[in-house]
Amino acid sequence: MESATQPVGAAPQAAEAPPSGTHNYLTHERGLWSWLTTIDHKRIGILYAISLATFFLVGGVLAMLVRMELLTPGETIMGADAYNQSFTLHAVVMVFLFLIPGIPAVLGNFILPIHIGAKDVAFPRLNLASWYIFMIGATFAIGSVLVGGIDTGWTFYTPYSSQGSNAVLFMTTAVFIAGFAGIFTGINFIVTVHKMRAPGMTWNRLPLFVWAIYSTAIVQVLATPVIGITMVLLFLEKFMQIGIFDPALGGDPVLFQHFFWFYSHPAVYIMILPAMGIISELMGTFSRQKVSGYTFIALSSVAIAFLGFLVWGHHMFVAGQSPISSIIFSMLTFLIGIPTGIKVFNWVTTMYRGSVWLQTPMLYALMFLFLFTIGGLTGIMVGVLAVDVHLHDTYFIVAHFHYVMMGGTVIALIGGLHYWWPKITGKMYNERAGKIAAALVFVGFNLTFFTQFILGSRGMPRRYYDYADLLDRHPEFLGLHQASTVGSWILALGLFLILFYMLWSLFKGKQAPQNPWGALTLEWTHTTTPPSPHNFDRTPLVTRGPYDFYLADDVFGPRHTGDGAGDGAAQEGA
Amino acid sequence: MANTTAAEAHAHHPPHLQHHFVTSEQQFDAAKQGMWLFLITEILLFSGMFVAYTVYRVWHPEVFAQASELLDWRLGMLNTIVLLTSSLTVALSIHFAQQDKQRQMLICLVLTILCAGLFMFVKYIEYTGKFSHGIFPGAGYAPHGDYASYDIAYAPLFFSIYFVMTGIHGFHVLIGMGIFIWLITRVARGHFSSAYYTPVELTGLFWHLVDIIWIFLFPLLYLI
Repeated sequence: MESATQPVGAAPQAAEAPPSGTHNYLTHERGLWSWLTTIDHKRIGILYAISLATFFLVGGVLAMLVRMELLTPGETIMGADAYNQSFTLHAVVMVFLFLIPGIPAVLGNFILPIHIGAKDVAFPRLNLASWYIFMIGATFAIGSVLVGGIDTGWTFYTPYSSQGSNAVLFMTTAVFIAGFAGIFTGINFIVTVHKMRAPGMTWNRLPLFVWAIYSTAIVQVLATPVIGITMVLLFLEKFMQIGIFDPALGGDPVLFQHFFWFYSHPAVYIMILPAMGIISELMGTFSRQKVSGYTFIALSSVAIAFLGFLVWGHHMFVAGQSPISSIIFSMLTFLIGIPTGIKVFNWVTTMYRGSVWLQTPMLYALMFLFLFTIGGLTGIMVGVLAVDVHLHDTYFIVAHFHYVMMGGTVIALIGGLHYWWPKITGKMYNERAGKIAAALVFVGFNLTFFTQFILGSRGMPRRYYDYADLLDRHPEFLGLHQASTVGSWILALGLFLILFYMLWSLFKGKQAPQNPWGALTLEWTHTTTPPSPHNFDRTPLVTRGPYDFYLADDVFGPRHTGDGAGDGAAQEGA
Repeated sequence: MANTTAAEAHAHHPPHLQHHFVTSEQQFDAAKQGMWLFLITEILLFSGMFVAYTVYRVWHPEVFAQASELLDWRLGMLNTIVLLTSSLTVALSIHFAQQDKQRQMLICLVLTILCAGLFMFVKYIEYTGKFSHGIFPGAGYAPHGDYASYDIAYAPLFFSIYFVMTGIHGFHVLIGMGIFIWLITRVARGHFSSAYYTPVELTGLFWHLVDIIWIFLFPLLYLI
């Protein structure tokens, strides 16, 4: 139920939103065709959610197969060629078909227009086109598997990739096409934030999630074309032997690495910046306190976006680039830890003397702080030249990037999914199941990947099919690999549990109130649950910030109690 | 207009105004900003190849200088003038759209597409000329006859870059021609006026980008 009194600064009629469950964006039109031809950003977000969940499942199963193979030395379940294809496809699917579109395509599409008080993104038809372009790219990726698969690793280094199987042609096409989906999404979001904010929604009143998506969009627009041209050149190299990466014709294979990483490093910031935006939202809402250092967090997103373009050479310390280049890239890599650290400190400060509510989204936010900090700090560690010489291409690197990509982005995505689930579906998930699954995910993740830090620091190389030869000098590798594999089972159990109870909630879940978390951003205070097709009855007029909890009485009404306003089970407000 | 309901907003709005925008100006501004962002991505796409050109030129300056002698700078200059003219005609078509001069707008767009066609024809002559002398990109490079003296190390790299850069550029010219055909059919049906000419403006922006890329390609490949 909505508050009986008028929210400060909102248009007088904004409190009279119709009750949940009646006419909303899910019931507005029905049938598969209405979904496949929708231009509603909320439905497009759901289309992406289904696609990305499917690809995450595919990538996850491949990961399980890789870990299963490593359970014992020698062949366990597959031969060496199949193993190489498995880890390659695992990474390609996870990076290009899940993590990079990831949070912007799902939660960005759904939430960003509502966060700024708009009816939709700037270019709704382009938004739908982006999804189709993405799916066509994904089809080519599947196609590459059907024509024999690739085993080059997701980095496609030349000369192996330019001289190997023709499946590389399919994969380069897939990445090229899918890249355009990201570019169009980025363009859409930038113009939306610039041109479609509601009256009173100044840049300084934007939710930090919007700042994060905006910074990500800048990176998408500037970086993705470079992987586009890189894929074109690789395609032509393979198809026509243009020689640009072939020493026999005067080319340079390391040039490919420069091109590849000039995109792929900013790409990891495409993955993490939106995740950080989610954490800002969760920290504010579940500490029921203004997010500390709003300006610092907002500007650090932009700083990370910019600095991210300057550090690509830290992937190439041992590729033969000059020591001077390596030193400069190393220093710039350290620099990028600063805005990142600023964010982490501000999130912790947000909790201090706040009213911390340990619901499932907050558990994931706390998990993010722990796991991402480990991932980020180990990134700084391998940014040290003398250290990276030993750790490059070992399991230490694998553990580092899984801690940031999975412990960071995926954990934040799961937290955000739980947070916005009531708004998107109108249902509450089961909170106890959420907590159990979170525990399984945390234990499973750390068992899987912390062991890999140990493996890597003791010299276990990555992408190796077999470690039997290494067991003489490193007998501990067996136990560590086995622990890691067992961890992957626990992690998978936790993730499947999430899938199960989320789907279960769609059919049997409790009806969600309009604002179960007592949050203050526009999607919670000014839209129904689920939202109506055009989001708002009337254009909101914004006169307060997104985390001004000291104004809670004005927003929720003076009769709201501390727990009543935010209790997921109780009625909202009056 | 803030705080109007959906019903009120529906009451009277121009047919081209999409429902998620409040005013025509907002929609036009958004469209232009979106197009500029897309052009920036195109520049970054080409910049990869410009970087490759720079790297290899710095490593083998004399080879590049010698190999570029095989490119006819007069044909390149002709193409430059043709593209600059086409930029003029497309800018004029936008000017006429703003003045509701439908016939002049149509004529300028037709002239633009003719210029584009001429550009592609000159490229066709250049390419077939190269092929007939055995000049192909990369591994296929096998100059014979008059050009046999250009069979030097690293020269294939110059021509790979030449063909890939002008090829991708030419591909964009073809796309532009397709868009102009579509645009001309809409102009003929009277879809555009001073109140709404966004597609003309956006196509013009795209065409200017195609032109400006050539302005950089021409001296780098043909003149130095």
